[in-house]
Amino acid sequence: MEVTLKVLRFNPETDTESHFEEYKVEADPMDRLLDLLHEIKWYQDHSLAVRRSCGHGICGSDAVVVNGVNRLACKILVKDLPSEITVEPIRGMPVIRDLVVDMEPFFAGYRAVKPWLITDDREHEPDRERIQSPEERARFDDTTKCILCAACTSSCPIFWSDEEYVGPAAIVNAHRFIFDSRDSGADERLQILSSKNGAFKCRTAFNCTDACPRGIKVTMAIQEVKQAALYRSV
Amino acid sequence: MPNNVHIYDAVIVGAGGAGLRAALEASKGCKTAVVSKMYPTRSHTGAAQGGMCAALANVEEDSWEWHAFDTVKGGDFLSDQDAVDVMCQEAVESVLDLERMGLPFNRTPDGKIDQRRFGGHTRNHGEAAVKRACYAADRTGHMILQTLFQQCNKQGVEFYNEFFVLDLIIEGGVCGGIVAYEIATGEIHTFRAKAVLFATGGYGKMFKITSNAHTLTGDGPGLVYRKGLPLEDIEFFQFHPTGLYRLGILLSEAARGEGGILRNGDGERFMERYAPTIKDLAPRDMVSRAEFFEIKEGRGAGPNKDYVLLDLTAVDPEVVEAKLPDITEFARTYLGVDPLKEGVPTVPTAHYAMGGIPTNVNTEVLRSAHGEVVPGFYAAGECACVSVHGANRLGTNSLLDIIVFGRRGGLGMAEHAARTKLIDIPDDVAKPSEDWIASLTDGQSPEPIAAIRKDLQEEMWDKVSVLRTDEGLGQAINSVAHLRERYAKARVKDRSKVFNTELVEHIELGFIIDMAEALVISAKARTESRGGHYREDHQKRDDEHWLKHTFINKTPDGDTRLAYKPVTMGRYEPVERKY
Ligand SMILES: Cc1cc2nc3c(=O)[nH]c(=O)nc-3n(C[C@H](O)[C@H](O)[C@H](O)COP(=O)(O)OP(=O)(O)OC[C@H]3O[C@@H](n4cnc5c(N)ncnc54)[C@H](O)[C@@H]3O)c2cc1C
Repeated sequence: MEVTLKVLRFNPETDTESHFEEYKVEADPMDRLLDLLHEIKWYQDHSLAVRRSCGHGICGSDAVVVNGVNRLACKILVKDLPSEITVEPIRGMPVIRDLVVDMEPFFAGYRAVKPWLITDDREHEPDRERIQSPEERARFDDTTKCILCAACTSSCPIFWSDEEYVGPAAIVNAHRFIFDSRDSGADERLQILSSKNGAFKCRTAFNCTDACPRGIKVTMAIQEVKQAALYRSV
Repeated sequence: MPNNVHIYDAVIVGAGGAGLRAALEASKGCKTAVVSKMYPTRSHTGAAQGGMCAALANVEEDSWEWHAFDTVKGGDFLSDQDAVDVMCQEAVESVLDLERMGLPFNRTPDGKIDQRRFGGHTRNHGEAAVKRACYAADRTGHMILQTLFQQCNKQGVEFYNEFFVLDLIIEGGVCGGIVAYEIATGEIHTFRAKAVLFATGGYGKMFKITSNAHTLTGDGPGLVYRKGLPLEDIEFFQFHPTGLYRLGILLSEAARGEGGILRNGDGERFMERYAPTIKDLAPRDMVSRAEFFEIKEGRGAGPNKDYVLLDLTAVDPEVVEAKLPDITEFARTYLGVDPLKEGVPTVPTAHYAMGGIPTNVNTEVLRSAHGEVVPGFYAAGECACVSVHGANRLGTNSLLDIIVFGRRGGLGMAEHAARTKLIDIPDDVAKPSEDWIASLTDGQSPEPIAAIRKDLQEEMWDKVSVLRTDEGLGQAINSVAHLRERYAKARVKDRSKVFNTELVEHIELGFIIDMAEALVISAKARTESRGGHYREDHQKRDDEHWLKHTFINKTPDGDTRLAYKPVTMGRYEPVERKY
């Protein structure tokens, strides 16, 4: 079958603003959108810029806006799309070129919540592993799945209008530690997330949950963090 | 000083598991930078699924010595046994260390790190399968990569992301840094350093069907090869038995560790015929070969009888959903098959490079088969060959390798930096790289490079994958030479300096061609079958002539030369590999 792709293009060296370009591609229903972008890049228009690596939804390189919603190009198949497909870069971050955006604002939000294990026994570390029950481990399982693709954060209307907002992915990564029984940094993180650029900016639009290619219940994680911040109880 | 010159003690190329583990260690002792062509979390370590092994004995009796035996036997006795001992002894501490960094391993009912079975790992020298793989569902690599990235952020490690390394600086036989291309701007940067570590990962993209990322193109080993330095055991490439049909996306061996069974088109559990004791959990080379034979002899499944089925229907659905969630989703998403209800069409997929840049156990790169090193130059992870995996790597031994030898690399660099000075390098050290990039956009291309890449991948798959012959390898050598000529005429059409990914792919293809050349030449010379290298015309292992490592290098006039290095033996004498 033939599909039409309209891709939002922008090259800062030659363009003053972005514009759509249209391509016709022969496709199989089981093709990934990434396969079509490759077909364009490899045989029709070599200049198309897109990030990608693993090609099966794990590395998080190729989040794009597909017909208005955020998806990984390697995880959405032609059979689930109409025959006219619009592809745009994710929103809320400066476009470097075509579908490639500057990820630095996203990673800045991530780093702001101290996404690493904080313990008070660093000096006297156990010689074996720390003990954690399967139930304690299950408590934060969902948020360990995050691949930092930015699909959630760049789908959030609050993030679009306010770059200072840490964004859903950062809160997800804070959640991953706040609810980890081995971690003792919850207070520090909840303080950061209670500040004006933190979790309370969330207006539960649910775009993030819909956008997550890993099926993380992002909005719920944010709600749990807000609860924890209000009651300081983890 | 010219623009874009950076000075560090240690520069690490690659931000996968090996690179990040090295960075954590090196940056404690000296000024360190990590240079990576991708954001760290995009590295293919994140795709690793099944586990990382260590004889923790949390679930069953186990010992590092049994682990070492399995590694050597799995490697068809080509592993250097001193290096294997180092890896298996340090395994336990490596896993515990990751746990203490916060890695969320699955847990036993009493809260310890849980362990499960994996191919080729046994108790007491082959008696029965043992639970040795530590895991986090089927996302172990993801958790390792995330945990190491978290720790690097905590420690303030300096990153140069989306910088593509083009050249390795060697002056008077000593390593002095690297030259890199900044993808976002097209600028060339020079990094001077006392120590450089390559951790650039594998090169499965030379094959049509692979579990490897688009970006796994052998840039590190390719660069080493271009410098005239040797590569080791490149003919040994692992084909994993369960790649998704046509796509090659991996379904972890953990699927069989949890009870999955392989069936042919007649519904027969064919591994019973090939490995009566451990059946579906035999080492990967044996299972992949068995699949090829089943298909070749007309017992494949499907309308074209060209795949086998991975049957998970007898495994408890709760176990499948809880311990194998990602691969279940891959089958559903990409093939539209529900593993809870039906067999998943699978084929062998090009998976792992046992060979690579030769190093000693301290990750110092070897200059020749005699064992002298290149001072200041280190390599670790899949791009390196220590050699612990010999002719065939056991599952879960690579995540272990990258952590053990990544750490050793970091320590080694910090020590080296403490006792040496920056070497002098010419002012125009970046000139060859600048000229090279300029030449790529000079002129018209007769064909898109994608066409060249596709032909290479198909040729390598048809003639140089699971089953090899002298004739096929001879043809492949000619094809690769011909593809190299086509490549030399190709040019980059996109002239932009900003995020020119056509240019990046162009450079990557050049490295894959180098690696394909080294592979086919090494493979043709080795007239025996061992581990991942199977010759239909020499079906037996030949220890009398071939119990040795291949070293291949390019001479200044462009020829290739083969040399051999004896295997370091130890407790285990070669015996026939039966399971
Ligand atoms: C699907 C899959 C599943 C696997 N599952 C397991 C498992 O369960 N257990 C196990 O033990 N092993 C497993 N393996 C193998 C294991 O994951 C890899 O061998 C290992 O992760 C490699 O790590 P690395 O750090 O060497 O390289 P990678 O993680 O591949 O990282 C390479 C790095 O090098 C950088 N780089 C490359 N070229 C350049 C350049 N020119 N300039 C700058 N930077 C560059 C990249 O940006 C990247 O950061 C699996 C492999 C695959 C493909």
